Amino acid sequence: MSEMIDQKRREFLSVASKAAAATVVAPGVFLHSMADAAPRKEAVTDAVRYGMLIDTSKCADGCTDCVNACDSENGLDMLVKPEGASDEAWDKQRPRWIRSVKIQDNLTGKVSNLPMLCQHCEHPPCVDVCPTTASFRRADGIVMVDRHACIGCRYCMMACPYKARSFIHENVQFKPTAAPRGKGCVESCNFCVHRLDNGGTTTACQDACKHEAIVFGDLKDPNSAVSQALAKAQTTQLRADLKLNTGVRYSGI
Amino acid sequence: MKKIGTSLILFAVAVLLSFGVTAHAKKDDGHSLGYKADKSDACVAPTSFMRRNHFELIKHQRDITVREGIRHTDNDLAGCVDCHANKDDAGKFIPVNAEGQFCADCHQYTGTTMSCFSCHSTVPQAEK
Amino acid sequence: MKKMTFTEWGISSTRYWGILAVIGAIIGVAGLATLYMEHEGHWVTGMNNQVVWGLPHVFAIFLIVAASGALNVASIGSVFAKKPYKPLARLSGLMAITLLVGGLLVLVLDLGQPARLIVAMTQYNFKSIFAWNVLLYVGFLGVVAVYLFTMMERKANQHSSKVGLVAFVWRLILTTGTGSIFGFIVARQGYDAALMAPMFIIMSFAYGLAFYMLMLMFTFNADGRELGDKMFARLRSLLGIFTAAIFYFVLVYHLTNLYGTENHSYEAFILMNGGIYTQLFWGGWILAGLLIPMLILFHPSLKNSRSAVTAAALLIILGGFAAMYVIVIGGQAFPMAMFPSHTIIESGFYDGVNGAVATYVPTLAEFMLGLGGLAVAVIATLIAVRVLPFLPATLSDEATDPHH
Repeated sequence: MSEMIDQKRREFLSVASKAAAATVVAPGVFLHSMADAAPRKEAVTDAVRYGMLIDTSKCADGCTDCVNACDSENGLDMLVKPEGASDEAWDKQRPRWIRSVKIQDNLTGKVSNLPMLCQHCEHPPCVDVCPTTASFRRADGIVMVDRHACIGCRYCMMACPYKARSFIHENVQFKPTAAPRGKGCVESCNFCVHRLDNGGTTTACQDACKHEAIVFGDLKDPNSAVSQALAKAQTTQLRADLKLNTGVRYSGI
Repeated sequence: MKKIGTSLILFAVAVLLSFGVTAHAKKDDGHSLGYKADKSDACVAPTSFMRRNHFELIKHQRDITVREGIRHTDNDLAGCVDCHANKDDAGKFIPVNAEGQFCADCHQYTGTTMSCFSCHSTVPQAEK
Repeated sequence: MKKMTFTEWGISSTRYWGILAVIGAIIGVAGLATLYMEHEGHWVTGMNNQVVWGLPHVFAIFLIVAASGALNVASIGSVFAKKPYKPLARLSGLMAITLLVGGLLVLVLDLGQPARLIVAMTQYNFKSIFAWNVLLYVGFLGVVAVYLFTMMERKANQHSSKVGLVAFVWRLILTTGTGSIFGFIVARQGYDAALMAPMFIIMSFAYGLAFYMLMLMFTFNADGRELGDKMFARLRSLLGIFTAAIFYFVLVYHLTNLYGTENHSYEAFILMNGGIYTQLFWGGWILAGLLIPMLILFHPSLKNSRSAVTAAALLIILGGFAAMYVIVIGGQAFPMAMFPSHTIIESGFYDGVNGAVATYVPTLAEFMLGLGGLAVAVIATLIAVRVLPFLPATLSDEATDPHH
């Protein structure tokens, strides 16, 4: 009986605090739908496979909106350089889940911009090499790190063909509830899994991209935006020769 | 199998230790249970059960949340922190694992480290 | 062969404790450095998100490779039934254990979460060679311990060759596993080669034997025990052959890489324009680690000089460190080819902009951790030979003559 009362209180508090928080706009983060008070009750299955299409022709030169949004969403912008560290060293040690990369064709000189992130492979080398099963691929295709099991050996960082992973080199002061992190573990883009598991359907980077270069969704649903975009465009996997069947595809390169 | 073994050992240790811990009557010491917990009748489960087994609940839940994506639960660590954190005079939350706070009494007495908070937030956070 | 007696290391007490004090001091400083790194986090090291494994891993992998090689001497005696090597077996087994413990210590203490070692030992992903290595390394310690027992307990002597065979096979699998750490990485050009595993095995032969010879000669000299010329010559020739074998493997590795155009940039990096990596490759690995030792070990008169051979063994070890540095760190520093036929001209995460190599500057703390592991291996060996009869009383020509 008392449990039922608590449940109602909790749900009230939950919705109320979400509504309160939703009115506070964090910089760079776009409000997503308020109909998101639906934390997942059942285990994820492989009926869904999350993926992304990045249209490099739409990616604007010099734009880092997706990077800023990701940093903000996942608490990466709250990390502070340790006292005594040089700026140069810290910049090489700080974590980054998504980054912008500019490439130039060796023959034609054509320049393309694109965001680079974890490719959420179907056959991830990082999962293969992790000794403790901490690096794992969820049933819905998200490749992520279960930091409870991570011993910080960094083998996954050696093995990732896309240099997607980051190591936390320092004690963390601000630990976001959406992305708990602590010294000594490895992490990488998890497709904003905290949003997806709470009823959301979009990633922070997708929401932030004004140029609509990033389309995220369910690859197994033929009617999803990403599936339809993939059907229309000429797309490629990065490092396709490795046959990893990535969940992130690129068009325009 | 290995996890069950470890759980059993932890459970046995917890039961043995709790004989000393249950002697503590929290509210009588004048310590607050938390800015929400003080106003609630009961926790997720009866207090004696929680004293012995809260870590089991959290530990089991973490795998369910991380590996299976299930977030609809009473056993989430953020939920514990949300209820049991206290505010200081200025209205700011005090870390729930700080000295004199909710967790400290038992954990200092039993000498068990709360490694959760090396990564998890010690104060309630507004969700984005 | 005459019956061999084994005795505890008999140097004077003052000298013994003096040596232990010096090594102990090194371990003490190393311990402080390790605590500092563990408390602050890896930001105090030169490691970053580009070069994730640094000097500690160079030390650790080198020690682990040498450990498996150190067991060779015992295997020659038991598995290959070469009588003159039998008296050497106990020290060989001991060093296999102590070098491995030293290497593992460094590896574990460099983990981001060393307290979670229990997770690594209870939760396994069997597709990971690391997971297999956890079992192989720990199992190796057990197997060699049993092997030592069969050698040192008279009633168990009859089982010595069977257990020796198990230990020999186990150590081959272990070194294969260590080399495969790199061999299995598809992402990086410097790795992803089936040759890595056998190359590590052949390196273990030489590095393990070099360590062994240095320890044997040191303990014998200090204690006034005779190491006969014949036994010395056997060990020296082996060392020469193993070194030449490494040279062959390195040759094959690079020539094969050079044949394929896709690897030309990596080869140019190692062989020509990699800065410190090129210097370490040619100066450390090839010249100091292989060519000069081979010259000494095959030279008609130099090869008989104890001091020259000691120098050769030391050079082989230094060359081995250089080799590990080039492999472990050079392999990471070289940028990955993520966009073939494109050049990366800007990146928010140091993706090898314009072919730039990732930077890694080792710190003193990392060096101390690695050195501490080596010091632990040495001190453990010295304590063990003092306390238990590992060392043969003599290795004079008469004592080791297989025909008597």
